Amino acid sequence: MTPARAGVLLASPALAVIAVFFFFPVLAAFALSLTDFDIYALADLSNLRFVGLRNYAQLLATPLFWRALGNTLYFAGVGVPLSIGASLGAALLLNSRAARCRGLFRTALFAPVVTTLVAVAIIWRYLLHTRYGLINYGLSRLGIPAVDWLGNPHTAMPAIILFTVWKSFGYNMVIFLAALRGIPETLYEAAELDGAGAWARFVRVTLPLLAPTLLLVSILTVAGFFQLFAEPYVMTQGGPAESTVSVLYLMYEQGFKWWNLGTATAVAFVLFLMMFAVTLAQLFVARRTATL
Amino acid sequence: MRRPALAGLLIACAASLAAGCGPSDSRTVLHFWAMGREGEVVQELLPEFERLHPDIRVEVEQLPWSAAHEKLLTAIAGDSTPDLCNLGNSWVPELAMLKALIPLERRVAASPTIDQADYFAGIWDSNVVGGELFGLPWYVDTRVLFYRKDLLAAAGFAAPPTSWPEWLRVLEALKRRSHGERFGVYFPLNDYAPLIALALQQSAPMLRDHDTHGNFANSEFERTYAFYVDLFRRGYAPSLRDADISNVWTEFGRGYFAFYMSGPWDVGEFQRRLPKSLDGQWMTAPLPGPDGPGASIAGGTSLAVFRSSTHQDAAWVLVEYLSQPAVQQRFYALTGDLPSRRSAWTAADLAQDPYAAAFREQLERVKARPKVPEWERIATEMQLVTERVVRGELTPHLGALELDARTDAILAKRRELLAAGARL
Repeated sequence: MTPARAGVLLASPALAVIAVFFFFPVLAAFALSLTDFDIYALADLSNLRFVGLRNYAQLLATPLFWRALGNTLYFAGVGVPLSIGASLGAALLLNSRAARCRGLFRTALFAPVVTTLVAVAIIWRYLLHTRYGLINYGLSRLGIPAVDWLGNPHTAMPAIILFTVWKSFGYNMVIFLAALRGIPETLYEAAELDGAGAWARFVRVTLPLLAPTLLLVSILTVAGFFQLFAEPYVMTQGGPAESTVSVLYLMYEQGFKWWNLGTATAVAFVLFLMMFAVTLAQLFVARRTATL
Repeated sequence: MRRPALAGLLIACAASLAAGCGPSDSRTVLHFWAMGREGEVVQELLPEFERLHPDIRVEVEQLPWSAAHEKLLTAIAGDSTPDLCNLGNSWVPELAMLKALIPLERRVAASPTIDQADYFAGIWDSNVVGGELFGLPWYVDTRVLFYRKDLLAAAGFAAPPTSWPEWLRVLEALKRRSHGERFGVYFPLNDYAPLIALALQQSAPMLRDHDTHGNFANSEFERTYAFYVDLFRRGYAPSLRDADISNVWTEFGRGYFAFYMSGPWDVGEFQRRLPKSLDGQWMTAPLPGPDGPGASIAGGTSLAVFRSSTHQDAAWVLVEYLSQPAVQQRFYALTGDLPSRRSAWTAADLAQDPYAAAFREQLERVKARPKVPEWERIATEMQLVTERVVRGELTPHLGALELDARTDAILAKRRELLAAGARL
């Protein structure tokens, strides 16, 4: 047996699993997005018809889809930099020579990641409560009037962003910490001898050496933030005034509330294409900056 | 010496478990999906039922209303429906089309305790799809006017209006006294129910040709549309959504508006939340119609039995039990939900509740919403188009034409299936 054949043989169980549980469902979902599967088809499969790309065309003509897309881009556009910034900041603090009780803080800051999303979302709903919430209590101590966080279309999304950043930044923080540990101390010493201050050392030594990690983290975070669903589902049900309907939430409503599976799978594929495009763009930018 | 006690306890537990699920329990087990708070409260009525019917045991599974619709559809798709459930009567057409429910007329006709004449006709009709009855009304709701007695009295009106012309006179008088800072009526632009209630007051249905086309561009609906839009254009109603005001009861208490259209759930809410100084200063009234008292929406919750159930007879026995006037009265006392049978309304607390009187009168004049699975989507389009009409982007006539176009698009598949001979 040649090594190549042995490799294929050894990999084949995994490939078979991926084919059955990934490629086949994706293809089936794509086929479904070309049909008008709806409540009538649920009643009787003979009511199912092939409609080509009509679901996609209708979706692009639906105002709520654009609203959901805008909300998702807003969420990712504000949330991803905030999340990465918080992760990097926390990692730098934990990695600094002055840090004490590193293990304790690392665990404490990572703790939100391992909590159950739905449970903490419900707890945050209490924290954000207009009249009894801890956050408004703190604001009132500072003389700021109560904010109806989840009931006001202008504050609902910022509140969800705040929650998501708190929930997710610990994960990237650990990745950054590992990468920071990998930067040799000698580089900093050399830079210091050359007269580089703290900021110059961060920009000239830390950031360039973190670049591959930063790329990985940004791709993972963008992919995660585009899939916003459980937070609005638990905290706002897409409201108020549709200000927290995300693309995935729209898909859920179309698919499982109205049983328009044709439309819902079309939403899923549009989201997939978007995330694919954004990831390609990130890789392109990363390659450009690496060659500069 | 604690071990023997523990062992004894374990043996007792094991024995009780065996008694609970062993062959000694031959009772029929009914799975009852009960939505909302009623699902919790209904359990207090069941011990009595199980005492009367020792051969039936009821297992209630509580669902929140917010997840009920998708849960039902998923259960139907996965062929794992319960024996019976309570459901909003606006979902009956959809589940009937899915052939998930059994028709009930024969059982009603054979029942000694259920008398169709005792039920409010409009509510009953909302459970009839294609001439067949698929749900039995359990508790009911409809929309009436909530109004500020003191503000109307100050404007010179001792009684609430009973027709649109009267209503407009009251609104004009309120407007003259408010100097543009307060309004006569508040119909949130994000709520389609007030418009639908006013549209149901016309004799022309909102859908035509076996519910395959919109029927909005006609003189009757357009009369409603013009009336509704004029409320905003003339400054009687503010062009606001619910998100634009702090909340309904605060603004109602402040007198920001004098009329509001809502259902029985807001009676308790207003009693709790309005300041004590407003006690007795607000009341409910049946909806005014184009030329005298008008119709409103036939809302409410029905009990339905699933086709896939293997205990349909036992499920029907439970439906019959929950429909008894005496049980309905107990249910009202526990929940405040309005009973679906006229004979249950004689209960002292309900008959004497001044806020319930308007609902009692209105329930004699309720009409079902169009019975197509697409109705909620059509209603959402009505809300979106109407917001544009109110904001002056479309005339009411163009708005009605737009409604017809959008409704026809939503109903396209239904039309094609019916044309191809499908039985929906």
